[in-house]
Amino acid sequence: MKKLWWTVPVLAAGAEAVRRTRSAHRSDDRAGERWLTVTIYRPPEDVGSDEKLPAPLDEFADRIEVRVRKAPGDRGTELAARFKEPVPAASASLPARLAGKDPRQDLRRALRDTKALLEAGEVLLPDTPPTTRPTPGGKLIELFTRRSGGEGAM
Amino acid sequence: MKALCWEGVNKLSVEEVPDPTLRNDQDVIVRLRAGTTCGSDLHLIGGYIPAMRAGDVIGHEFLGEVVETGSAVRRHSVGDRGVVCSFVGCGRCWYCANDLWSLCDNTNTNPGIGQALLGYETGSVFGYSHAMGGLRGSHAEYVRVPFADYGAFHVPEGLDDTSALFASDSVPTGWMGADLSG
Repeated sequence: MKKLWWTVPVLAAGAEAVRRTRSAHRSDDRAGERWLTVTIYRPPEDVGSDEKLPAPLDEFADRIEVRVRKAPGDRGTELAARFKEPVPAASASLPARLAGKDPRQDLRRALRDTKALLEAGEVLLPDTPPTTRPTPGGKLIELFTRRSGGEGAM
Repeated sequence: MKALCWEGVNKLSVEEVPDPTLRNDQDVIVRLRAGTTCGSDLHLIGGYIPAMRAGDVIGHEFLGEVVETGSAVRRHSVGDRGVVCSFVGCGRCWYCANDLWSLCDNTNTNPGIGQALLGYETGSVFGYSHAMGGLRGSHAEYVRVPFADYGAFHVPEGLDDTSALFASDSVPTGWMGADLSG
């Protein structure tokens, strides 16, 4: 029994993550149509416009709308994007997101990459090769790390 | 190289792991000269921090000698002795520019995990779980230091390693606590 102690924080964290995710989605039935926004600590002229997209957003060019405006409080520029066609509810479901099938995950990654490139000059890559070995709990965390760049509130 | 790895709750072991490599142009690799254990390492060992994987290298207070630099590094050269901050900050996001380095927007490679667990992702911390960036820790012979121009600091001649080491985490933590309490 003692060997299972490690599962307590993992399960508690997982339950909390699911609770946050589910409550966020319940409160907004139109989540698939929402703008995804990053605030970039650079002036608007450095960020671009809907005619001249930052490089990480190039591949989405035909499929997204983009909005660029000055952020309040001297925090730089708000860069927002959303798909022209609303994302189907099935693609936004938890199973689809765990499977990496929600197209908003790629868009979130691209927005984060844009912010990192403009602010810091590069997108930080994780260490490699890994030092970890496969365990049941480790495989679950590995799945979350694969998806995490495309998840989270924006 | 040899490194101290988390293997499970209350279980650590010294393992042979691959050497770190430069992954970004602003990285340096340092060879450890001195490192110490933080009270926060106990949270990992005791299993109170989720998102650890068996084999993760822990440790986040260290001082080393630069052995390799990325092409965009300007403030460090091979052979320099530097103390490294536990948190990794890009130095140019709003948080870093306002001295809130632990909230750096650009160093946590797993932002979704941090958001799910904490409501907002922190910046990255060396060797402190995949929720806090997943970077390798410093209880090792070599460490990759991202954004080194902003998080690694030259140690002046005449100051020994053990004295300078505490600028990595212990001193700034105590300083901040005293400052916040007025």
